[in-house]
Amino acid sequence: MPSDFLSNLYVFILAGFVGFEVIKRVSPLLHTPLMSLTNALDAIVVIAAIIIAGRHETKLSVALGLIAVAASFSNMVGGFLITDRMLRMFKTGKSKKS
Amino acid sequence: MNGLLTQQLIDSTYIIAVVGFVLSLKWLSSPVSAKYGVLAGEIAAALAVGATLCNPELVQYKWILVALIIGAGVGIPLGLVHMTAVPQRTALSHAFGALSAAMIGIAEYYVAAPNISKFSMGEIGLEVIIGSLTFTGSVIAAGKLQEILPQRPITYRGQNIVSLSVLGAAVAIMIVLMIHPEDMYLFPVMVVVALIFGVMLVTPIGGADMPTVISLLNSYAGFSAALLGFVLNSKVLVVAGALDGSSGFILSVIMCKAMNRSFTNVMFGAFGQVQTGGSAAKEEKSVRSATAEEAAAILSAANKVAIVPGYGMAVAQAQHKVRELYDALTKKGIDVRFGIHPVAGRMPGHMNVLLAEADIPYDRLIEMDDMNSDLPQTDVALIIGANDVTNPAARSDTSSPIYGMPILDVDKAHTVMVIKRSMNPGFAGIDNPLYYLDNTLMLFGDAKKFVGDIVRELGGGQSG
Repeated sequence: MPSDFLSNLYVFILAGFVGFEVIKRVSPLLHTPLMSLTNALDAIVVIAAIIIAGRHETKLSVALGLIAVAASFSNMVGGFLITDRMLRMFKTGKSKKS
Repeated sequence: MNGLLTQQLIDSTYIIAVVGFVLSLKWLSSPVSAKYGVLAGEIAAALAVGATLCNPELVQYKWILVALIIGAGVGIPLGLVHMTAVPQRTALSHAFGALSAAMIGIAEYYVAAPNISKFSMGEIGLEVIIGSLTFTGSVIAAGKLQEILPQRPITYRGQNIVSLSVLGAAVAIMIVLMIHPEDMYLFPVMVVVALIFGVMLVTPIGGADMPTVISLLNSYAGFSAALLGFVLNSKVLVVAGALDGSSGFILSVIMCKAMNRSFTNVMFGAFGQVQTGGSAAKEEKSVRSATAEEAAAILSAANKVAIVPGYGMAVAQAQHKVRELYDALTKKGIDVRFGIHPVAGRMPGHMNVLLAEADIPYDRLIEMDDMNSDLPQTDVALIIGANDVTNPAARSDTSSPIYGMPILDVDKAHTVMVIKRSMNPGFAGIDNPLYYLDNTLMLFGDAKKFVGDIVRELGGGQSG
């Protein structure tokens, strides 16, 4: 078992706990924006895709990497955009009048 | 030396990005701070992408820029879809996320193979299997939500055994590859089998179970990204994947609880079959119906009104008419609140987003438990396009397939009004005894038109 695996496992478990505690507190009112926001954050795989495509190792790795760049970047852009739009719609009775 | 420094700077930027991710989710806890959450996420993502583009390992940029532009070109329209299309958009974005995770895993495999350790092969194999099945599963879910594919569950005898054997086959191929890494031809077979399993996983699931399935696919997409982090030894992916995965997981648990069902029951116990026997013994029961004029008269006499929306409201696009009704009633000094069941609609929080889009203040959107303690003191409960989530059989009838599911106790309100197209049973095909109660009035018609008619009657009453 490579030592990287264990240090990644540490990070994974701790991040999982943090995620659990933080997300438990998200109001059910915002569950749809929560899903689109986590989707946008998850699109950070775009950085791995950029590296795979940019290293130029084989034709195949570049092609697959570029598909991944486009797919995940569309999630990043679209995810933040729609989350922002949704959250702008949530208004209280008072702020609506002003 | 310079390269090392650059790498350290990039890694430090990733740490800042990770902090941004966590803050982003933390600030989503309330609608007031949520906009900072999006901003924090955007800054974090921009920093991480910017730092990555400075990576000295990159030798070509041109095609990456092209791919980024294509991604933005697809992402912007997907970010601007109408709110009623949000469930299918979300399913599609799970598909994209899983697709990119699978693509990167496959690329990594072909760069390294066949010189690949057993352990790495296991990591890559799992990552690619989960990514692939999430991709096709999400595409099917999006197709069902967009109504390109039939929303009802598609089932056949022995389905679960066949599906699980297909998953077993994918895992078995992965194990063979771990032992014999030189058998590279098996890798694409494994990918195809996993893709097929994704289709088989979601086709038997009906529309009413979509909130759980979408959450579960969300969780898979997250965990495939986390696994990719393991494969590439990238902590920022591990963290982002773990956050997304646990978010999807928590939502799935909430959805399952709100339906009183287990994961296995949702995934392997397709709804819609169980109750076909029960509905055969249908007895003639009488219902009372009312016109828009009568409904308007009852509503204007009320002090407290609870509106319970469901998927039918989304289908009829009635949310803006519902807002007009809300305005008309509020103007008369009537207290109007909305009772939101956690699984109303096709994804978690679906109703809240639709009603917020229609400009209904979010402090009027009440969660199920709070609403239930208030319903006995409510004069009128108006149900718009919701069915199973109001079915009192869930409380009392042990033979009902939804027995034990927490519901909105609308039958406890003094008067119940149900807007429904016809007496056909709802999506899950379960008869609703609510419709035959003495205090229930059925309002037959299209939700949007009927609510519009009530609003007109209310307006007329005011001027005349």
